[in-house]
Amino acid sequence: MNGSRAAALTVAWRLASFRSRLEGLPAFPIVILGTLALLAIFADFIAPHDPQVGLLGERFRPPAWQAGGSTAHLLGTDHVGRDVLSRLIFGARISMTVGFTAVIFAGVVGTTLGILAGYLGGWVDQVIMRVTDAWLALPALTFAIFLAAIVGPSASNIVIIMALVYWTRYARVVRGEVLSLKERDYVRLAIVAGCSKRTIMKRHILPNVVNSSIVLATLMLGVVIVTEAALSFLGVGVPPPQPAWGLMLADGKKGLMAGYWWLTVLPGLCIMLMVLSANLLGDWLRVKLDPQLRQL
Amino acid sequence: MSDTPLLDVRGLTTHYVSARGTRVTRAVEDVSFTLRDGETLGIVGESGSGKTTLALSLLRLLPPGARIIAGAIRFEGEDLLAKREPEMRHIRGKRIAMILQDPMASLNPLFTIGDQVGEPLRVHEGASRRGAWERARELLGAVRISAPNARVRNYPHELSGGMRQRIVGAIAISCGPRLLIADEPTTSLDVTIQAQYLSLLRELQRAQGLALIFITHNLGIVARMCDKVAVMYGGRIVESGPVRRIFGAPAHPYTRALIESIPKLGDSNGRLTAIEGQPPDPAALPEGCAFHPRCPVRLEKCATERPRDSVVGDEHRTACWLHG
Repeated sequence: MNGSRAAALTVAWRLASFRSRLEGLPAFPIVILGTLALLAIFADFIAPHDPQVGLLGERFRPPAWQAGGSTAHLLGTDHVGRDVLSRLIFGARISMTVGFTAVIFAGVVGTTLGILAGYLGGWVDQVIMRVTDAWLALPALTFAIFLAAIVGPSASNIVIIMALVYWTRYARVVRGEVLSLKERDYVRLAIVAGCSKRTIMKRHILPNVVNSSIVLATLMLGVVIVTEAALSFLGVGVPPPQPAWGLMLADGKKGLMAGYWWLTVLPGLCIMLMVLSANLLGDWLRVKLDPQLRQL
Repeated sequence: MSDTPLLDVRGLTTHYVSARGTRVTRAVEDVSFTLRDGETLGIVGESGSGKTTLALSLLRLLPPGARIIAGAIRFEGEDLLAKREPEMRHIRGKRIAMILQDPMASLNPLFTIGDQVGEPLRVHEGASRRGAWERARELLGAVRISAPNARVRNYPHELSGGMRQRIVGAIAISCGPRLLIADEPTTSLDVTIQAQYLSLLRELQRAQGLALIFITHNLGIVARMCDKVAVMYGGRIVESGPVRRIFGAPAHPYTRALIESIPKLGDSNGRLTAIEGQPPDPAALPEGCAFHPRCPVRLEKCATERPRDSVVGDEHRTACWLHG
C-alpha cells in the first residue's frame, strides 16, 4: 500500500517535472507545427477530396468566400479541378516527412563525422574537413538538382539528396564545438580516469554537442523544406501527381496572371508558416537547451 | 613497508620535438625518484621546470610531439613504459588517479554527480549504473559531503565550489587507487578553500593509505603536506630529500633561494628576496648547471660541467658542485 502510494507520488512528480520542462514553450510555432503534423498524419480522414484526382468541369474554382466559389471546395480548385485544400493537407504530409527525415539523416551523419573529425584530429580530421570544404563550395540547390538528375525524382530520393547536401553544416558546427570541448577539464579528467576514446566521445562529447545538433536541425528544417519546395518547383523533386507544396506553386504560377491567386498564395503561405515555425522553435530550443540557462 | 617501492622512476627523460625535428625541448631530463606506499612527495619548481610534463609522463598521457626518450617507470613492480595503450587505460583512474589544476572545471555540466563519481567504477569495474550510484553515495560521504543521498542527484552547477572540489576528490579515489597525482590542485582556489582542500586530501590519503605526488610551486603547501620534496629546475631534479632536511638545511643554492623568497609573517624590516634573472628557456638550457647564470655562489666549472648527483645526508641528494 505504501509502495503503491510512493509509486503514484513518483509518477506525479515526474509529470510535474515534465510540465516544468515544457514551460515557456512558444505557442505560435507549436500550434502551427502541431496542426500541420496532425493534418499530415490524419490526411486520409481530414481531406475532403482525393488530392490526385480532379474533375475537369470543376477547374479554377475560387475559394468559397469569393464569387463563384462553393463550400464543396473551400479553398478552390486548380487547373485540372483538384481540390486545393486536400492537396495542401496531403502536401503537409510530404513536406513534414521529407523535412524531418532529411534533417535527422543529415544530422546523424554530420554529427558523427563532426565528432570524429574534432576529437580524433589528425588525418581523420583532414579528410572529413576537406570533403566538407569541397561540399560547401558547391551551391546547395545546384548540387541538389545535380544529384536529383542522377538518381531521378521521388520522395525518398529527395530525403537522401538533402542528407547528402546538408550533412556538412552539422559536421562544421559540431567539429568546432568538439575542438573546444576536448580541451575542457572534464574531458581531460575522463582521459586521466582511463576512459577510452570511444567512451569519451559517447559519454562526454556527444551529450554536449547533441543540443547544438538539435538546434541546428530545427533551423535546418526550414532550409530543407524550402529546398524541397524549390526542387519540386523546378520539376526535379517530388514527381507531379503527388501534392507537394513546391509542385503546387509551379503548377499555379501560370494562373497567377489570370487572377487565380489561390493556386500560388496558399501553398506559399503554408511553406512560409512552416519554415517560420521551425525557426521560432529552433530559437526557443537554443535557449532552453543551454545548460547554463536551464537551471530552475 | 615492503622493500619494493610503490613507484620507482629511473632516469626518466621526456623531450618535446618540433614538427620538423629541428627544435628539441628537454622538458624532463634524467629524473629519478622513488615513492613508497602512503608517502607524499612534493615536486616543486618554477613554471617551465618540467613538473607537469613529469606528471603526464608517469601516466603516459603526453601531448603529441612529446616523447619519453629514456628511463624506466616501475609501478607496483610493473614497467609502465612497456605497457600497451589499453593496459595503460586500466591503470589510469584505477591504480593511478590524477587531480587536475582546476577542480572546478573538471565536472561535466550535463551529468549528475552520481553519474560522474560512478563513472570510473563503470569503466574499470564494469559496475552497473545502479551499483555505481550506490558506491557514489558512500564516496560522497567519505569526502564529507552532507546529505549524499540528495547530492548524487544534483548537477554540478547546483553545488558550491568547495563541494565540487570534494567531488573531484571522490572521483579520484573511487576505484581505490594506490597513487594520486595532484597537479597544482589549489592554484585556482582562494586561500581559505585551499586550506580545506589540503586537509581533505591529507584525510583521504590517511584513510586510503595512498601515496601522493603533489606538484606545486608553493613551498608553504609542501612544508605542510609532504614527507619528501624534489626540487626541479630546468627539467632536472636539483635537490631531493625529506621535508625537514630540505627546509632545515637546503644544500642547493636554488632551493636556498626559493626558501628565502617565501614571505615571512612579522618580518617587516627585511625586503623580500627574489631570485635574480629569469627561469631558463627549456628549449635552450645553459651549458653545465642550468642554474649557474642565476647562482650567487657559482664556481668556474659550473658553466661548463654538469654537476653530479651527490649524497649530502640521509636520503638527501643534490646536484651541485659545492657538494660534489
